[in-house]
Amino acid sequence: MISKLFDRLQHIGSATLKSFQRLGNGTVFLFKVIGSSYGLLLRPMQLVRQMYSVGVQTMIIIVVAGLFVGMVMSLQSYYTLVDFGAEDSVGVMVALSLLRELGPVVTALLFAGRAGSALTAEIGLMKATEQLSGMEMMAVNPMQRVIAPRFVAGVISMPMLALIFSAVGILGGSLVAVELLGLDSGAYWSQTQDKVDLYEDIYNGIIKSLVFGVVAVWIAVFEGYDCVPTSEGLGQATTRTVVHSSLAILFLDFILTALMFSK
Amino acid sequence: MSSRRIEIMVGLFVAAAVAAFFMLALKVSNMSSYGNGDSYELIARFDNIGGLKVRSPVSAGGVRIGRVSDIQYNSETYEAVVRMSIDTRYDKFPLDTAASVLTSGLLGEQFIGLEPGAEEDFLKHGDSIDLTQSALVLEQIVGQFLYSKADEE
Repeated sequence: MISKLFDRLQHIGSATLKSFQRLGNGTVFLFKVIGSSYGLLLRPMQLVRQMYSVGVQTMIIIVVAGLFVGMVMSLQSYYTLVDFGAEDSVGVMVALSLLRELGPVVTALLFAGRAGSALTAEIGLMKATEQLSGMEMMAVNPMQRVIAPRFVAGVISMPMLALIFSAVGILGGSLVAVELLGLDSGAYWSQTQDKVDLYEDIYNGIIKSLVFGVVAVWIAVFEGYDCVPTSEGLGQATTRTVVHSSLAILFLDFILTALMFSK
Repeated sequence: MSSRRIEIMVGLFVAAAVAAFFMLALKVSNMSSYGNGDSYELIARFDNIGGLKVRSPVSAGGVRIGRVSDIQYNSETYEAVVRMSIDTRYDKFPLDTAASVLTSGLLGEQFIGLEPGAEEDFLKHGDSIDLTQSALVLEQIVGQFLYSKADEE
């Protein structure tokens, strides 16, 4: 009985220690990646290539998602606000929710699913097929050649994608409000301009998406670099990337919102 | 995929992001109304400012001429001290200009309305407006109305 209890305790303890160790490894890894990013200044073409696969190829889903999120928000907020005769505030509601929350968060979630999982799978497969150790044998630092370009490209792309998401969403919202629901276009935009602040809303949204970008790409490249180099381990690593980065994004969003928008 | 095509696509991506930022900054946010930078400051003291907030509009004759830049409470005179930054284009307000806290619509946001007086000298940066009228607080008005009704009967 007592020994069973101790077994259980040992299990909890080792799981805790393991997760701390992993967190520590990840942090050391993050600093190493940042430290080896300077090489990109000499080879910007690598960055461009990675921005293509991380940023450009994610853009389509971001534009489509942004358009529909904006249109749906416009419709739904209209139905509620029209009861109070406040339907001119639809624009404010759509713009503020997109810029402050939905833009950064939904973009980051889509980004983790579309680009993060691909990064993990790519790096994990390189590890499984011993390409990374092959590079080391040839005195090429895989941190500099493989990890850093992907990391920097992801961190740069994320705020850009979030900006595109918000802009497309607001345009989609105005399209529905003006064309479909018959609101006055002048009232829509003037109310929006009245309430949206460049620093308070737009810059804070960009800071949020930058933080989410760092976290999502960090988790993605670390899971890939750290995965068990088998087909099963690779699958688990890819799943962990999506789950962990989504949870981290949602949790960080709460913290950042509490810091930024509580007065 | 040729590297030329990749570069073009990445260029498009960056251009789209920059365009999105400028669209958000110029069309969606109030950056254009910060505009022209130059403004001067006037101070007004109110007994009660109701729901006035920092960045609420200041208008004269219905035209927006500035914003509330700061609100503080003076615990010696028991007054709310409101600082307004007014666009320098509108620097011809007479010394006896009156300021009142008004509400747009029945439940709309509150703003400061300036009513020009008749003096020949103009208010300058840092001057304070002496003629002020506090916000109408709905509860007080309803209360007064009920009391006056009760008195009649």
